[in-house]
Amino acid sequence: MKLSNRTKVVEQGEMTLAERMYLPAIVGGMATTLKHFFSKPVTIRYPEQQRYLGPIYRGHHILKKDEQGAERCTACGLCAVACPAEAISMVAEERKKGEEKLYREEKYAKVYEINMLRCIFCGLCEEACPKEAIFLRHDQMVPVFNSRDEVIYGKDKLVEKMDQRYLREGWK
Amino acid sequence: MNLLDSVFIAKASFIGVIFLITLGVAAYSTYFERKIAAFMQDRIGPDRAGPFGILQPLADAVKMFMKEDFIPANSNKWLFIMGPCLSMLTALMTSAVVPFGDTLTLGGVTFDLQGIDVNIGILWVFGIVSLGVYGILIGGWASNNKYSLLGAIRAASQNISYELAMGLSIIAILMMTGSLSTKAIVEAQQNGHWNILYQPMGFIIFLICAFAECNRTPFDLPECETELIGGYHTEYSSMKLGFYLFAEYINMFISGAVMATLYFGGYDYPGVDFVTAQLGATAATLIGMGALIGKALAFVFIFMWVRWTLPRFRYDQLMGLGWSGLIPLAMFNVVVTGLGVLLNQQILVGIGGVVVFIAGIVVYDQLFVKKKLA
Repeated sequence: MKLSNRTKVVEQGEMTLAERMYLPAIVGGMATTLKHFFSKPVTIRYPEQQRYLGPIYRGHHILKKDEQGAERCTACGLCAVACPAEAISMVAEERKKGEEKLYREEKYAKVYEINMLRCIFCGLCEEACPKEAIFLRHDQMVPVFNSRDEVIYGKDKLVEKMDQRYLREGWK
Repeated sequence: MNLLDSVFIAKASFIGVIFLITLGVAAYSTYFERKIAAFMQDRIGPDRAGPFGILQPLADAVKMFMKEDFIPANSNKWLFIMGPCLSMLTALMTSAVVPFGDTLTLGGVTFDLQGIDVNIGILWVFGIVSLGVYGILIGGWASNNKYSLLGAIRAASQNISYELAMGLSIIAILMMTGSLSTKAIVEAQQNGHWNILYQPMGFIIFLICAFAECNRTPFDLPECETELIGGYHTEYSSMKLGFYLFAEYINMFISGAVMATLYFGGYDYPGVDFVTAQLGATAATLIGMGALIGKALAFVFIFMWVRWTLPRFRYDQLMGLGWSGLIPLAMFNVVVTGLGVLLNQQILVGIGGVVVFIAGIVVYDQLFVKKKLA
């Protein structure tokens, strides 16, 4: 029974004289390597040169601030619930009077930690966030760490700096 | 006495220069081998040590010296040390008879740009190359390791098999020149009468045999990694391994120089007379020396090019090619050359020989090789 009509029967007959001499094949092979000798290398010298990974690459996490510089996160915990690797933990705190400039909502995250050894960069925290507070930025990766003390990223490393704001393509 | 001294010093300094050039070329062959491999595979190759990775051989040498110098417990210690030394020694000795240039006159003293002009020049090359296999054989045997021994045995049988065809291809040249001296062979080729024009078939045979003699791909069975780990140098480390690898690159350069000497006119280059008239004899001689080294380096490139193109032969294929392919072909070449010398029509008879050979193969193929019915 034939599943499709695309089957091709390959008949491997006796090799011709030229094929048995191998010399034409050797010359052809050397022409191929010479062609590659003059073609452009595909190497990217990584630490110096970096490849553009696309507009939706899931890299380093960032806790966004709004236009006035107040943190958007309200410590609802939906990102921690959504996280399949259980990498996110947080401690919520009520906003005091006079802190309206710092925190956008009446509740905020006093501690917000992501364990980068657990994180699988799936982006579900970003999907879950109702306040558009956490994002995985496309232009920066989590750097290599050398000791376990550097693995847990706190707010000092996650909160957006106002002088280097993260903007994604398509955002206003 | 004074004259003798100056000749002796000139000779010694010339040999020193040749020695340094050989070592430098061998060291940078490792770098260019990696670069050429990289380019042929669309990569960049070593580029971290210095600009374009130009200091890579230096870094490799430092690495080689820093590594642990290991001698296996049950090995024969003296032979184990002797192996790489012998390889290196024979590799460096071959260059003695290669004429690197015409005579040079400096300060009223004339001397040859050649280590020794002996009248058995080509035989010297063959003798030393045959000795070269002892380095591999002794090293492989002394390691007390079955893979090393297998590699050594392969090297020995391969070198002996291919020396025959190589010698037969040389005989054709000797018939044309009538001398074993490399200097005489080069002088017979001056002004564009290069032997490649008279001996294309002989050159192909010699080239293939040179690949086998240098243990280069596609004939690198003595060190073939897939079957024998590292072949004869499995147990070697540190600079002893370095010597083996270094000897291989020196052999490549020297065999390139020998091929240039025998088939590509040695230090001859187009426009010698013009340069001599314009710049003087000294400049012409030095450019000739550069031409010879350039030809040798071109052969080194071909060695590398072939290495990164062709896969390795199977052992029986290697032996079949040597004994039932190249040796009869070389004998045929000797007969054709003899006919050419006899009729004094060397180019015509040479081309005729190639045509007769191809026609013979086609006829044989048509008459005797069984074919499947289509």
